Amino acid sequence: MAARALINIPKGAKRGDIVEIKTLLSHPMETGFRTGADGQLVPRDIIEKFVCTYNGEVVFSAELHPAIAANPFISFTTIAMDSGTFVFAWTDNHGETQVQTARIDVA
Amino acid sequence: MARRRSRRPGSMWRSTLLACLALGAASAVAQDARKSGFAYMGPDTQAMQKDDLANPGMLSALDGEALWNAPAGASGKSCASCHGDATASMKGVAARYPAYEATHNAPVDLAGRINLCREGNQQAPALPRESREAIGLATYIGQQSRGLSIAPPDDPRLTPFHEQGKALYTQRMGQLNFSCAQCHDENAGGHLGAAPIPQAHPTGYPLYRLEWQATGSLQRRFRNCMAGVRAEPYSYGSPEFIALELYLMDRAKGMAVETPAVRP
Ligand code: HEC
Ligand code: HEC
Repeated sequence: MAARALINIPKGAKRGDIVEIKTLLSHPMETGFRTGADGQLVPRDIIEKFVCTYNGEVVFSAELHPAIAANPFISFTTIAMDSGTFVFAWTDNHGETQVQTARIDVA
Repeated sequence: MARRRSRRPGSMWRSTLLACLALGAASAVAQDARKSGFAYMGPDTQAMQKDDLANPGMLSALDGEALWNAPAGASGKSCASCHGDATASMKGVAARYPAYEATHNAPVDLAGRINLCREGNQQAPALPRESREAIGLATYIGQQSRGLSIAPPDDPRLTPFHEQGKALYTQRMGQLNFSCAQCHDENAGGHLGAAPIPQAHPTGYPLYRLEWQATGSLQRRFRNCMAGVRAEPYSYGSPEFIALELYLMDRAKGMAVETPAVRP
């Protein structure tokens, strides 16, 4: 089944407002250090990079490591500038990227 | 800020138990003093449960919603083909399971009921217990009872199974020789190492447990407690677990459903 993401941003804001953004991605964050029932190492499967752009400009990014829990929850703030789109991208250690977008209307 | 892994693995729970055989003062759980496990959690974990956009259990509910609408099996039907909009048709359903299933002459739990429909009505293979799919559907159906009172069926055919559940709940088990009641009735509100001992109300299941880093069923929780006292856990969907579930639902009658809850 596909990974799922929950994104919480205010729908509207005034220019200059500090807005809080919360993201929650369904992901096992399998460390690569654990053994399965068969005694073999369970292959690593983690998100390594998270990037958020706002109208094309990076406003937040983070590197994730095996010590981060499953279903990573990342929250941060930015300043509302113009109406437009936030793009959220999570990239795993296999190089695959999952993208989600959200709109904000700035008055 | 990202969440850290839990620092309280199950093995520690077990060693703490060995060191703390003398538990706190006895206090039986009176009907009106019933408290959900929510009440014993720290403010951070409570906040996580209350915010639908931070509660990871909601990811399982989304899985369930997608499955609800996806055709499966030889029938080519989805759950929605027969049951329509779950927000209407499944409202209050989880609050009254386990229920008596005449074709089995025994109660079935919600996970079992879903699989009866998978196999009988959708003509699709049963979903393995605790699989992402099975937990997703049960979470989505459970969510439709959120805020409603637990309302076990008033069905005399269930009485012997209720009695069986009560007997299991009060029976000592495992190498450490504890009954569920000794912790959850006599020592509820006390501590086991750092963990508060809740009253074991099944109000939030399936729920997201930080220690699991996943959404899991009430029976998974039972298995944790049984392993904690070094008893051989019953298997998923076993008559023993369904009887225990039935007894705990009766014991929590009238309390509000929280699915999907969050627990440490
Ligand atoms: C030695 C004490 C002990 C025994 C015996 C025990 N439990 Fe527990 N149980 C706990 C603790 C402590 C927790 C809280 C979980 C944690 O934080 O580790 C818990 C949690 C639970 C919960 C979760 C409640 C919630 O709010 O979600 C349920 C349900 C439960 N136990 C049922 C049982 C059943 C059924 C048995 C008997 C088969 C049992 N327990 C035996 C200590 C015990
Ligand atoms: C072909 C029609 C059909 C399909 C498809 C179907 N069901 Fe059902 N379902 C029924 C009927 C009819 C009942 C009433 C009980 C019975 O007679 O089996 C029922 C009962 C139930 C109940 C118990 C309701 C209650 O009030 O106690 C649940 C829960 C349920 N279904 C879930 C599902 C789920 C989840 C799916 C998809 C995986 C599904 N059903 C697919 C026909 C269907």
